[in-house]
Amino acid sequence: MLSRTADSLYWLARYVERTENVARIVLVGHRMASMARSLGSSGDEWLSTLIATGCEPGFFGKYSEPSASSVIDYLVRDPDNHSSVLSCLETARRNARAVRTALTVDMWDALNETWLKARDFASQPMTIDTAPAFLEWVRERSQLFNGAYDSTMLRNDAFYFTRLGTFLERADNTARILDVKYYVLLPQDEGVGGALDYYQWQSILRSVSALRAYHWVYHDRLQPWLIAELLILRREMPRSLIACYDQITRYLDLIAEAYAGKRGECHRLAGEAHAQLRYGKIQRIFQSGLHEFLTEFIDRSIMLGSEISSLYLT
Amino acid sequence: MRDSEHPAMPDARAFDETGLPGDCLPQYELIRRWLDETPRDAIELKRREAELLFRRIGITFAVYSEGGNPERLIPFDIIPRVLDPSEWDLLSRGLTQRVKALNAFIHDIYHEREILLAGKLPPALVLHNDGFRPEMQGFDPAQAVYTHVSGIDMVRVGPRDFYVLEDNCRTPSGVSYMLENREAMMRLFPDLYARHRIAPVSHYPEELHDMLRSVAPPNCEREPTIVVLTPGANNSAYYEHSFLADEMGIELVEGADLTVIDNIVFMRTTEGPRRVDVIYRRLDDDYIDPLTFLPESLLGTPGLFNAYRSGNVTLANAVGAGIADDKAIYPFVPDMIRFYLGEEPILSNVPTYRCSEASDLAFVLDHLDELVVKETRGSGGYGMLVGPHATRAEREAFVLKLKARPNDYIAQPTLALSTCPTFVESGVAPRHVDLRPFVLAGRDIRIVPGGLTRVALRAGSLVVNSSQGGGTKDTWVLESVGDAQPHRR
Repeated sequence: MLSRTADSLYWLARYVERTENVARIVLVGHRMASMARSLGSSGDEWLSTLIATGCEPGFFGKYSEPSASSVIDYLVRDPDNHSSVLSCLETARRNARAVRTALTVDMWDALNETWLKARDFASQPMTIDTAPAFLEWVRERSQLFNGAYDSTMLRNDAFYFTRLGTFLERADNTARILDVKYYVLLPQDEGVGGALDYYQWQSILRSVSALRAYHWVYHDRLQPWLIAELLILRREMPRSLIACYDQITRYLDLIAEAYAGKRGECHRLAGEAHAQLRYGKIQRIFQSGLHEFLTEFIDRSIMLGSEISSLYLT
Repeated sequence: MRDSEHPAMPDARAFDETGLPGDCLPQYELIRRWLDETPRDAIELKRREAELLFRRIGITFAVYSEGGNPERLIPFDIIPRVLDPSEWDLLSRGLTQRVKALNAFIHDIYHEREILLAGKLPPALVLHNDGFRPEMQGFDPAQAVYTHVSGIDMVRVGPRDFYVLEDNCRTPSGVSYMLENREAMMRLFPDLYARHRIAPVSHYPEELHDMLRSVAPPNCEREPTIVVLTPGANNSAYYEHSFLADEMGIELVEGADLTVIDNIVFMRTTEGPRRVDVIYRRLDDDYIDPLTFLPESLLGTPGLFNAYRSGNVTLANAVGAGIADDKAIYPFVPDMIRFYLGEEPILSNVPTYRCSEASDLAFVLDHLDELVVKETRGSGGYGMLVGPHATRAEREAFVLKLKARPNDYIAQPTLALSTCPTFVESGVAPRHVDLRPFVLAGRDIRIVPGGLTRVALRAGSLVVNSSQGGGTKDTWVLESVGDAQPHRR
């Protein structure tokens, strides 16, 4: 297939996934902020939301204070912000348009209708009250798209590249969501293990739809290291880093098989990261620092992305 | 879409293709009954359904004057335009003849130039024309075909009076509308459709594919690899490019997807470079190769032209085919038909005054209020003067232009374009139409029966260009006239 086609499919899948994840992160920020307010504490939840989405520098180029309404508008609707939900959707659709011929009708319909409706929605400014319904809808639409391509695309290289996009982006986002907790400073009078701390961890689980999963797996009250373990090392958790890398290595292998066994640096990098997750232990990760681990993981994923790109997509 | 312009008077005496207000012609009888029987709001409902259908499919057409929004919808009129078998037979023979002559002309111009030696048209008009590509001289494209896909714009003023308004030999577009309009009609009005015996059009992509295969370079000994070359997703006709690639099951490439190594064209794939033999390009000559043509073009592929001249790849349409569809060359097409084929033209040209000729210019200046004046290089209905509709000031401004650069203009009488019943806000009313059939030339010439009918939606308007608020209709060529299922129910 054309390298450009593969590239567009890959980025299409990445941006749909990113749309969903930005929506998830804003929903969590929203929840944490309401929680903090009702517990009588004013935290910096919106600031941490900006950091988690990587939008902090851009935001402060435009606003001075991270108020709820400005952050929500910036992350959900603002066309100047390339990572806003709407911008991500637009990028996804632009990539889709560039490879219309490689998409199934179901994929195109799912995406196109989402874009048309989202644009209508977003013609009004987003507020604290209107944002959650919109964001939940965005999450559903992303799942609709993922379902559409999973159930209609031919199982060939086009599908493999789309899958790679989804899982690389998902891995990156799970790592970033987990890292949010590093940036959310607890107020001085609120210690680690206090009510606010607890709700923050709970919100992180919720953001990846894993609160129930946690209880099924651990039958225990929420513990930071177990939450980290669930989201990093447990394969049965579909948004965990290892679950994503299971898929990434699988699809990279399928691509190599389809192309007469040809492999490259991306295969080595993915294998290395995968092995580290397969044989890693959560105690060791915490000993050397969760934040440091996640930062390194994110950097490696970026490197993997650029190696995939140079071998196949350009 | 490269558009043509339609001169003409909003004339109450314009020929209506149904035959109304006299007797309804047989080919429109079922449509007339259907319109009479169906309540207005039921039709309005269908019209909305059609709009939804098109928006969902994503048919779009950019209008440059609107800031180039590439997603504006081109209006679709749900009342089909009908041609009976004898009308189509006349058109089809005429079009075949015309496209044969156009190809012979282009070949001649880039070789012996016999037509110029015979004094049939002024050499300067050809050799100093922007459409003339000196780089093409002495080059022999496969099957000696230059205009592989031609869109010939036709207008009609009476029962058997068809005129060719313009030939399009570069990258004519609109064929996707012909196909999608038919799909829409079959979906919206299955009963009405089934009651007519309509020649199908849906095999057009297969015909196109066959044609492209037939013009593979002689040195290609495998099954040729064929691609569609598009300027990209921001092009107004991008939908059509992707639609055709999809229907033919071939890759849709952009200039950057291709690379030329030792005069051989390859496309970049996930498995490495793959050789390309035939390129159906929807990119103008100027942009295809920055090494040969516009150096600032980012849309093309460096080295493509040399690969073409080396005979390692076929470009359809050929570089330099535009010499045949230039407005200044157009008046000579009937002579080309006589010169190359020894036949009388089956389809007429609109009488044309060439302002480069002193006597013609004098006439044009005297009759500006009756004529339509067009720039020879203009397209899309821009930069033209419709004399009868223009104000005195507009005409005076045009006089100055004509005197300053007479070579750049031609003039034609305003024609009373035929009308077809069209669904508009006030109900069903006659509106002016034209027709663009698509002619495929490869080893032989083929025409899918039908074409793109464009309709001027504003009352009295003669400008059908989609860039000027025109719409489209499905065009039905009947295989026989009368109710296809007379014994039904």
